Amino acid sequence: MTAAGAEGRFALELGGIGKQFGEVVALRHAGLAVRAGTVHALLGENGAGKSTLMQIAFGTLRPDAGLVRVAGAPARAAGPFPGVGMVHQHLSLVPAMTALENFALGGHGLFDREATRRRMQALSDASGLRMDPGDIVRDMSIARQQRLEILKALGRDASVLILDEPTAVLAPAEARDLLAWVRDFAGAGHSVVLVTHKLREALAVADDITVLRRGEVTWAGRAADTTEARLADAIFPGGSSPRASRPAQPAGTIVVRAENASVSRRDGSAAIAGASFAIHAAEIVGIAAVEGSGQHELLLALAGRLPAGPGSLELPGRIAFVPADRKHDATIPSFSLVENVALRGAGRRAGGMPWRGLATHTAALIEEYSITAAGPDAAAGTLSGGNQQRLVIARELADTPALVVADNPTRGLDLNATSFVLERLAQAAARGAAVVLYSNDIDELLTLAHRVLVVHAGRVSEVALDRDAIGRAMLGAA
Amino acid sequence: MSPRARNAFLVVAAVAVAALSFWALAPEAAVAFWNGSIGSRNALLSGTLVRAIPLAIIGTGLAIAFRAGVFNIGGEGQLMLGAVAATLVALRGDAGALTAPLALLAATAAGALWAGIAGVLRARFGVLEVISTIMLNFVAMNLVSYLVRGPMQEPSRIYPQSAAIADVAQLPRLAPDVRLHIGLVIVLGVCAGAWWFTSHTAAGFRQRATGSAPIAARIAGGIDVSRVALGAMLMSGALAGLAGGIEVTGVTFALYEHISPGYGFSAIAVAVLARLNPIAVLPSALLFATLETGALGMQRDAGVPSTFAAVLEAAAILAIVATHGWFRDAAPRPRAAESA
Repeated sequence: MTAAGAEGRFALELGGIGKQFGEVVALRHAGLAVRAGTVHALLGENGAGKSTLMQIAFGTLRPDAGLVRVAGAPARAAGPFPGVGMVHQHLSLVPAMTALENFALGGHGLFDREATRRRMQALSDASGLRMDPGDIVRDMSIARQQRLEILKALGRDASVLILDEPTAVLAPAEARDLLAWVRDFAGAGHSVVLVTHKLREALAVADDITVLRRGEVTWAGRAADTTEARLADAIFPGGSSPRASRPAQPAGTIVVRAENASVSRRDGSAAIAGASFAIHAAEIVGIAAVEGSGQHELLLALAGRLPAGPGSLELPGRIAFVPADRKHDATIPSFSLVENVALRGAGRRAGGMPWRGLATHTAALIEEYSITAAGPDAAAGTLSGGNQQRLVIARELADTPALVVADNPTRGLDLNATSFVLERLAQAAARGAAVVLYSNDIDELLTLAHRVLVVHAGRVSEVALDRDAIGRAMLGAA
Repeated sequence: MSPRARNAFLVVAAVAVAALSFWALAPEAAVAFWNGSIGSRNALLSGTLVRAIPLAIIGTGLAIAFRAGVFNIGGEGQLMLGAVAATLVALRGDAGALTAPLALLAATAAGALWAGIAGVLRARFGVLEVISTIMLNFVAMNLVSYLVRGPMQEPSRIYPQSAAIADVAQLPRLAPDVRLHIGLVIVLGVCAGAWWFTSHTAAGFRQRATGSAPIAARIAGGIDVSRVALGAMLMSGALAGLAGGIEVTGVTFALYEHISPGYGFSAIAVAVLARLNPIAVLPSALLFATLETGALGMQRDAGVPSTFAAVLEAAAILAIVATHGWFRDAAPRPRAAESA
């Protein structure tokens, strides 16, 4: 049976896919058809079933119902289907090994270093993904590691490449490069499935778009035939929620003053050197930086979690901190919601624990911040990512802090949760708090921040509210 | 039937089956076990309960330490240092009615100090407390060996033990004809206090947070985790020292080389069986004391080697480890990662 549609051959087809985990229906009659030589975007919020569908397309998960065809032929192999390559959101490389060794991983038989090197070189030249086989993965940037993952997938003769949220971890310039490469790759006759949250990205790069909502396809068609607003409606019932915007309010008194301040990592190495800036009440200061520039240490120091010095860093008394890693840094999954709320300020609390008051307080927060939970005594680990973040935001903002420090607070959240988090931060600023927001989504900073500080190689500098200027400064270009 | 009720039923049934088959297969040994442990007033009030006291006190301290993520294996050494300190104070004996309380206070301080060595090594140099506390056990044992043969030996210089402490330094007995002493009341107070401390004070909450997730405790809670760990180490050492003081002033009335039949080690199992709950430490300590005195009874009356107690304890620990999952709170597990 050949699957030649009116639009040409399909490189990958999934039809009538159903999948259930226990009592949770992940996919219901879902599917997508990727035309050969095109980029196909798969959109949807967290838990919509995107990853599940892609694991089925890749062959690492069996559907309960439905059929997968690769290049027209039903795919029945156990494990990854021949011809399909996938780059997961969390890269799976061995840090201590070279690019070449990682490339060879998962092969069979003898490891012929020279033959592998030639093969990698050939693929690298053909695909335009330049890569030095001798580089150690540990020393490579995330963007290069991702490129290596793509090469690995191509090494398995993939003609369909699935990229799961590939730009989430990249700086804007790197993301642009990757998406340009994706276009070229498709232009050369290959097919790409781009899993993403970002509407704009999908519209800019993809030929076709499929939208999943709660395991069902709510929209599928040509990118040219739709708009951002219509896609948002498909992703997200009830229309796209209004994006938070920066409160128009004059900045107040100085809340944070850094004079030639330095911050060291816990191992003693310098993360930030000679930083001088001031942050005022009622203003939102965006922080932009590529991974590993020292921004996390700066945020920890602003939150009072890392000592600053030499130099001086004056901080207010009540500081709210939203750490980057919800599961490890911000909450204790085995503790109840009440205990997690009690964590705020636990380092300085004296005497007894007012559990009754804390329980009432937590119940009120659950109500006010619409946290979906079994109750105040439910373990924080049972909450979804979005609800965990709501809990953290609720806990931190409850006592009207003078300074709010948020480290990438919308990472991995769907549209709904993202706009909720940003609205709350904007509200905090409107109430007079100084807000420091780090995000790797520059659009977020541009909509919300009054000013932007860029951290590059441990240096902090103020940059105009301009996408290109910020992007250049992040990479150290003046 | 709820999972908890089912598990409780299974445990009771298993114990009943084990006890019945024990009785059916070796009636003589079973009777000796019963009589030696809890079957007679004397065995219970002069043996088992007396033995349960140090197990419960040390076990409570270890429950606190383990909850804070501090693996203090040095209860035995801390107990010995407590015993030494209590003996020194009690032998001076010039504080009248206050002698015994002062001796216990000194024992508590000495235990904390001994544990503090490992605590500071961990906080300052990152030395694993599992290793340092075990090694300090040997130092403490040899220190006691030296003391009872040297500077603290009794005046006649014949036996490797200290002089007996004066009557005024001895803990009062709960009844004239049994060995059970006021230490039982101290135990109840210690367990209740520890329970209140861990569940109702900020310091106790800091310990639990530190033990459960040190990174979240530091970053979200602003907790100085190494200081909290040091505090938990000192508390567990203090309680082990107190147990050593109680042994001297309540049971042995002198410092001996073998003042402890391994209380510091058995207490680890006591704390684990109690799932680190200070209240549950009481029945847990009683169970282990029963196993030990029962095994001694079997040796005396039925010729069963007393190492059988070690076998029983090991079997109990294996059963705990094997069934650990049963007793977890039936909280719903987080759904499998399904984020798109």
